[in-house]
Amino acid sequence: MSEEKIGVYVCHCGHNIAGTVNVEEVSEWAGHLPNVAVAKNYKFMCSSLGQEMVEEDIKQEGLTRVVVAACSPHMHEPTFRGACQRAGLNPYLFEMANIREHASWVHQDDKEAATEKAKAIISGAVRRAEELEPLEPFRAPINETTLVVGGGIAGINAALEIANSGHKVILVEREPSIGGHMAQFDKTFPTLDCAACILTPKMFDVGNNPNIELLTYSEVEQVDGFVGNFTVRIRKRARMIDTGLCTGCGDCWERCPAKVIDFVYESGLGYRTAVYRPFPQAVPKYPVIDTESCIYYKNGRCKACEKFCPTGAIKFDQQDEVVVANVGNIVLATGYDLFDARRIPAYGYGRLANVFTSMEFERMTNASGPTNGKVLLRDGVTQPESVAIIHCVGSRDKNTNIYCSATCCMAALKFAHLVKEKTHAQVYNFYIDMRTAFKDYELFYNRLLEEGTHFIRGRAAEVTDAARQPGEEGKLIVQAEDTLIGKQRRVPVDMVILMVAMEPRADASEVAHRFGIGCSDAGFFTERHPKLDPVATMNEGIFIAGTCQGPKDIPASVAQGEATAARVLSLIGKGEVQVEPVRARIDEDRCSGCRICNNLCPYGAIDFIAEKGVSRVNPAQCKGCGTCVAACPSQVITGQHYTYDSIMAQIEGLLYDQRTPDEHVRVLEMEPA
Amino acid sequence: MTENGTYVYYPGCSLQSTGRAYDTSTKRVAQHLNLTLNEIEDWNCCGATEYFSVNALPAYSLVARNLALAAETGGAPEVVAPCSACYLNLRKTNDYMHKFKKLGAQVNQALAAGGLHYEGGSLRVRHLLDIIVQDVGYDAIGAQVTRPLQGLRVAPYYGCLIVRPDTGYNTEYPTHLDALMTTLGATVVDFPMKTHCCGGHMTQISEEVAYELIRRILKNAADYGADAIVTLCPMCQLNLDAYQGQVNRTFNTDFNIPVMFFTQLMGLAFGLSTDELGFGSEMVPAMPALSRIGRELPEERERPKRRDKQALPMPTPRGSGRSES
Repeated sequence: MSEEKIGVYVCHCGHNIAGTVNVEEVSEWAGHLPNVAVAKNYKFMCSSLGQEMVEEDIKQEGLTRVVVAACSPHMHEPTFRGACQRAGLNPYLFEMANIREHASWVHQDDKEAATEKAKAIISGAVRRAEELEPLEPFRAPINETTLVVGGGIAGINAALEIANSGHKVILVEREPSIGGHMAQFDKTFPTLDCAACILTPKMFDVGNNPNIELLTYSEVEQVDGFVGNFTVRIRKRARMIDTGLCTGCGDCWERCPAKVIDFVYESGLGYRTAVYRPFPQAVPKYPVIDTESCIYYKNGRCKACEKFCPTGAIKFDQQDEVVVANVGNIVLATGYDLFDARRIPAYGYGRLANVFTSMEFERMTNASGPTNGKVLLRDGVTQPESVAIIHCVGSRDKNTNIYCSATCCMAALKFAHLVKEKTHAQVYNFYIDMRTAFKDYELFYNRLLEEGTHFIRGRAAEVTDAARQPGEEGKLIVQAEDTLIGKQRRVPVDMVILMVAMEPRADASEVAHRFGIGCSDAGFFTERHPKLDPVATMNEGIFIAGTCQGPKDIPASVAQGEATAARVLSLIGKGEVQVEPVRARIDEDRCSGCRICNNLCPYGAIDFIAEKGVSRVNPAQCKGCGTCVAACPSQVITGQHYTYDSIMAQIEGLLYDQRTPDEHVRVLEMEPA
Repeated sequence: MTENGTYVYYPGCSLQSTGRAYDTSTKRVAQHLNLTLNEIEDWNCCGATEYFSVNALPAYSLVARNLALAAETGGAPEVVAPCSACYLNLRKTNDYMHKFKKLGAQVNQALAAGGLHYEGGSLRVRHLLDIIVQDVGYDAIGAQVTRPLQGLRVAPYYGCLIVRPDTGYNTEYPTHLDALMTTLGATVVDFPMKTHCCGGHMTQISEEVAYELIRRILKNAADYGADAIVTLCPMCQLNLDAYQGQVNRTFNTDFNIPVMFFTQLMGLAFGLSTDELGFGSEMVPAMPALSRIGRELPEERERPKRRDKQALPMPTPRGSGRSES
């Protein structure tokens, strides 16, 4: 039996724990456990008073181990480790017992059972605490270069903030130009200022900032390492343009005979050439050749661009380039995809010509768009006399996405205003609830009400061209239940705009996996804490900003981009990081050199030392996952902080009321696989 | 597909009266496709669309008797119903008896009076169209087509029952009957009313409501230039066919659209004769429409060779956009 002096602190968490678990009884009971010197309960252990209580007891009572029974370690393990450290106790001698998520919250209907379960959890934590060993965190310098992935408005702001403080940034963008979705917009709500006017100066700054290395038409393929010391592999796709020679004059795309529908920038509503620059204000100014639609790559002829290029910048045989870079922090701002409106066939998108998506309409109203800003039907000639705007297409719908896309109500109001401004059409908004939260948004809604837009409260059931009554012939009919008057309504219109949802990027889960972060149920990247740590992730040194984290509008995306910059700069300012010492360690004296662990390690952190004939863990690359620990046939790999002894002790503790005094948990002997 | 292409067959009352053509053509087509349909012996009415609202427990028991007999029929663990209402009632009873144990026990108590018992969920209930497109498959059907229905413009009408709920097909805009008709060589018109209600038994309750519902569907099919409406439900067929004249008189219209069962058109495409497929019993004669089979359809929606410089491109799935030069 060890000689430890253990302090046990049971947190009430207001009513969160104390409302279900009998905290007085539990702390009284814990006081009688072997080696427990102090057992207390307190309303909020995480408060400064709670922390000071722990510090005081370590000093006065000479505690050698501390157990706090409270919430999940996600949030407050660092808090109490800090308290231990301040009182001179190695922080890795602290153990957290989760009696909130694991007991009080999930057993609210059975207080007695929840109390008993809390005891078992604490008993396990106390037994484990006895087996803990003091550890020292690794210290590693922080590389001052930051990788920003995604050149939309969130990524642009993150990159500029970091670069303006004098630190290097590598900004990687998948498309040929930065700008993101905002570059497609005409006006921005609620002020109706021109999107390009406020975005393009920022894009220009990115292109001209000496601290920003801009890699467009590029993607991050591989990420290794840990906070402060990441190594990234970036593929620069071949532009087929020598950017050293190209002046961006435009002779090539003006002569290019291959016209294709532009699904990205024009959202399918307009055309571009095979050699193209997505839009006039693109940064960088250089075009790319889309080899899938270029005639030369199909039949070896044409080369019109090459013939007319005044500087000889066209390089048909250019190859992809791979850039390997070392960076200290990574900001992901990869943005969103739009919901495919074909998934709701009742709205007729793709079948009925004059049903448009919100992004198509956005391009239509843009002065540099396919109709030069005129609101026209699909024939490109006729102005609509009536327009229906359907909200929540792919949002708040259990058949597609259950979440609210947050921006579409305001965008729909903006569209209603623009239709009114540019035509004499009647506008009908079909909405479920009008969500105009945030500064000055409600004012804009009021303005629209006064402009005479019709608001019909009810989710549209269908859009059809099947005329039923006089007046419906040749029109699109929107059918909806008007829930304010309690009647079915059929509204014949010329044009329908579907406010499509914001969805996670199609490859979001793949990207999340590549960067070692998580995704929510809906598929957006998961933040470390939804309220108090909204731009960090569970992977230290990797931050998220903008719509890759969830639907949000421009101001919120900008704020998050700048927040990530603050987090990155604070890490850079520290100069070094402390890395958790929770790592695997191989006892080289007993290692047989079988190398089973070498290939199993998902992080490639185990090297074989040929001259000694043993394997060795590189602690900088090891993530402490434990795969090798479990696989080692000789059981000579130890997971620090999660040793066999500590885990067995914890299991014994959990089963304290299930065994006789001389009975111990046995390790099941298993043949190595 | 069941192992040997065998299914337990529940025809339902309609197929012995107004929908006899459906029964005849189903059996004939099944024979052609080497499907064995073992008809349940001494089956009874499924309760149709009303009985569940009138008295639920006897309604479930009525249907469960058929399921119990189906389980005894043997040969296959799958019951096929050609009628949408029968299909819905059988499937609902089957699912609910499995899901709600109390209901299952009560129903079995009732069945015990007749010496029967049924374990909810032990059989699988399927609609005939589902078996045709899933188990037989478009390729196998296409291989049987000897007389393509070229030139026949059909409006595929699904009715409101078979795609709800959670059947694996799109509820609001299903396309499997469309695909089947295309496989047979017919031309499918876009038909937005394809899953709207035909009125069901509303013809007996409120003619005014029913006629309007029927009118909408007929008007839509006529607007899109359909030669015929093809359906998979005897109730839909009856309403659209038998009440067409009444609708015309009520609304002063002149619809003249025959309403056929998909099995009849399958049989025709397989080269079977109209007599074998029960043609001739319909109120709006099918023959004028059938005589159009084989004619060359004018290319009405021919795409302009050159891109209309003014028009905006129609939405196309990304990647399938044609490059235009």
